[in-house]
Amino acid sequence: MTLEERSLAAPELAGRRLPRALGLLEASGAVRAAVAVLVVLALVAPLLPGWLLFLLTVAFAKGLVVLGVVLLLRGDLVSFGHGLFYAAGAYTVAFALRWGVPVRDAAPLVLLGTLVATVVAALVGLFIARYRGIFFGMLSTAFTMILYSLLLKLYWLTGGTDGLAARPAGILGLQPAADTLRLTQYYFVLVLTAAVTYGAYRLAASPLGYLMRAIYDNEVRVEYMGASVRQAIYRTYVISGALGGLGGALAAVAVGHVAPDLAYWTSSGEFVFVALFGGAGSVFAPLLGAVVFEFVRNYAFKLSPYTWQLLLGSVLVLVILFAPGGLWSLLERLAQRARGGKRS
Amino acid sequence: MEQLLRVAVDGLSFASYLFLVSAGLTFIYGVMRILNVAHGSLYGLGAYMAAWLVLRLWPGGAPGALALPPVWSYGVLLLAALIIGLVVGPLLERVFIQRVVDRGEVIPLVLTFALFLMLEDIMKLIWGVNPLGADLPYAMLGAVSLAGVNYPVYPFLLTGVAVVAAAALWLIINRSRFGKLVIAVIADREVSRALGIDVPRIYTFAFTLGAVLAALGGAFSAPMISVVPGVSVEVIILAFAVTTIGGLGSIGGAAIGALLVGVLRAAAVHYVPELDLFVIYALMTAILLVKPRGLFGGVEVRRI
Amino acid sequence: MGVVLETVNVTRYFGAVKAADDLSVQLAEGQTVGIVGPNGSGKTTFVNLVTGYVKPARGAVRFRGRDITPLTPRQITRLGIARSFQIPQLYLRLSVLENMLLALAIREQQHWDLWRPLKLPARVEEARCLLAQFGFDTGVDQPCAALPEGGRKLLDVALSFALRPSVLLLDEPTSGVSVEDKFAVMDRLMSVVRQSAITAVFIEHDMEVVARYAERVLVFAEGRILADGGPAAVFANPAVRTHVLGEGV
Repeated sequence: MTLEERSLAAPELAGRRLPRALGLLEASGAVRAAVAVLVVLALVAPLLPGWLLFLLTVAFAKGLVVLGVVLLLRGDLVSFGHGLFYAAGAYTVAFALRWGVPVRDAAPLVLLGTLVATVVAALVGLFIARYRGIFFGMLSTAFTMILYSLLLKLYWLTGGTDGLAARPAGILGLQPAADTLRLTQYYFVLVLTAAVTYGAYRLAASPLGYLMRAIYDNEVRVEYMGASVRQAIYRTYVISGALGGLGGALAAVAVGHVAPDLAYWTSSGEFVFVALFGGAGSVFAPLLGAVVFEFVRNYAFKLSPYTWQLLLGSVLVLVILFAPGGLWSLLERLAQRARGGKRS
Repeated sequence: MEQLLRVAVDGLSFASYLFLVSAGLTFIYGVMRILNVAHGSLYGLGAYMAAWLVLRLWPGGAPGALALPPVWSYGVLLLAALIIGLVVGPLLERVFIQRVVDRGEVIPLVLTFALFLMLEDIMKLIWGVNPLGADLPYAMLGAVSLAGVNYPVYPFLLTGVAVVAAAALWLIINRSRFGKLVIAVIADREVSRALGIDVPRIYTFAFTLGAVLAALGGAFSAPMISVVPGVSVEVIILAFAVTTIGGLGSIGGAAIGALLVGVLRAAAVHYVPELDLFVIYALMTAILLVKPRGLFGGVEVRRI
Repeated sequence: MGVVLETVNVTRYFGAVKAADDLSVQLAEGQTVGIVGPNGSGKTTFVNLVTGYVKPARGAVRFRGRDITPLTPRQITRLGIARSFQIPQLYLRLSVLENMLLALAIREQQHWDLWRPLKLPARVEEARCLLAQFGFDTGVDQPCAALPEGGRKLLDVALSFALRPSVLLLDEPTSGVSVEDKFAVMDRLMSVVRQSAITAVFIEHDMEVVARYAERVLVFAEGRILADGGPAAVFANPAVRTHVLGEGV
């Protein structure tokens, strides 16, 4: 049982209305630390160098996609095809800009990208919700490779391997100058990430969130309680796809460019990697995993372009063999020890 | 007519190396219930080892320091495959994969993905990123004229290798003692264990056999291609498509799947080149949706 | 008293075995029925048939006159027929309380709620209440995996009971429970059941348990009903004594 999901009805905590309403009252030490870190990241942002802001922005955007993967992971479903939604969200932004859609602001474009990815998930989900295990994974890979093959080869439409530019004219009506663009994007993504993560936090504590965990344990029992396993998976899948699209659209805006690789199987593999690396024990774990991943990749690549995959691969092997709960579980153990094991 | 022949020949050549990789992949899945992403790496390692050996022994296409007859280069290709398959295969299986064999299907998949990432860099570290073009075995065979068009002969050799490998695989599974044990383990892991079969050892053998096949595919492909770091990444996703279409666990399915994918792609390349990748993955998706066990009825698909 | 659940000429094969052979059983509203019979006589198949887990080759299953034969287990559960299992089916990694909360949320069809939490105060209170009735007071935050066999059985039954069914089918509720605890478990179970006037059907191997709690006993043998009546009459039946109690063999 994860530490963050506790009863909101603890009677001795009456009188702390807002935190209780937000559901944060009994959050675990690790969750509180995560929230604190997010607040700090918001406050220190103006002091941070541009490259670091960029790294964090992209990390948050990807973290949202990984969050989508984790939602399914809780039901023992591993999506090896989230690149589909990532690319759908990203390319929607690029297409909209290219084909002269009247709106050129980042915010509505990101919303549009998310919507498109959600529709894709709603369609794919109709089929994929019946599958389990590696067949779920294979089907998800098949769908993303279909998109990849179209993005790559229909070059007159998609720009082929060159891809397309994704540079909105402004964010939320603001037209930041070049030197504050990174900062503006950063805040945009940070606030969205925080809001969405909070939504996922509520989802994890909701009946649907628990249903996914129940499905993992015992599908038959779920049906014999009167709930449809397929519906639960479908709804979670659509939400997961929406997250993927949102992350993709945000990443596209931050990077300013989209390419077919976003839909390639390795892109999906990376999201699964980060999901396991960060852990599935909390809605904050994907963010943690994504940020650490981006940092490690950045530095490892600078050290030697031929060893960062070796390094990350080894880390993943170690995580799988020795720390299956990912980074987050290690963090939780630390937080527990720091509090003297009071909350457990 | 000439177009059709071209499509058939191209398709056959494409199918041949795909079969070698897919047969190993599907066989490993059938025995261990593990989808080995690192299979692509075994292909790549085979290709790199073969290309490197050929280039060392026949630098610039001419006999080098050891003055070996060029015709031995075919043996070198086989040697490269065996070295990779018999060394890297058991190594991966014993050190890593065995530890997760009983943790379902997904964890081993992700572990093999991690191994794949590691091996990608290892290949870069050993052989660099410049393309290796060891085309001596390819060039030696020249070309043949069929229906008035010149076709290179080498791809037919590749097909021959695939056929021989298929026959050898059939013999091993159906006529050898190891094969009988493998069939028992495929049928029921627990009962086999209870009967005293050394299941872990069978796993190692099966994985190694699969690894040799993948390395064979890589080694014999090397003379035809430019061996670069991307080959492993590409081949594994194609192998997934082939094994899905044919049915996971079915070697006959891998053959049919490879032929289908090969011919389909060749046809697309000739008639609708923008869709040459699309048709493969569309077929994979269609099979998964309509006949998930694959054309040759592989393992039972987990779905409700 | 009306017929709440009935099978009409139901036949079901498993390979060559006739697990249900032209079976026609009528269960009356509010009855407590014990089902006995040797292994393989079709007792669990009967439960599987009426809850939609397996479909009959011939015949129909009716709930309050309505044909429910083609329905899925989920639909049948929603109609008001719940069952517990021979091997307890629980969400092992979730806590006892969470298992019960899910049952309640699903019962009220509130399981698609995305925003309001599972652990709503009112729901938690009802869950604790229900669990207490079945003997769970402390330790409801423990994962189910930590429960002993008897506890798991009880929880399995409690979850099905929580759905407020009209018919509750219990598949060997005391099997795997130690001899000392058997009557304690059944006492608690039956007292809760009796208070609610639902139709309770339980499969049992222990004849003492059956004799004590059942108003009516159905004896199964080879997919057919060998005897049907009050416990005393049924256990005096010579055919039953031979086939089921193993006497005079």
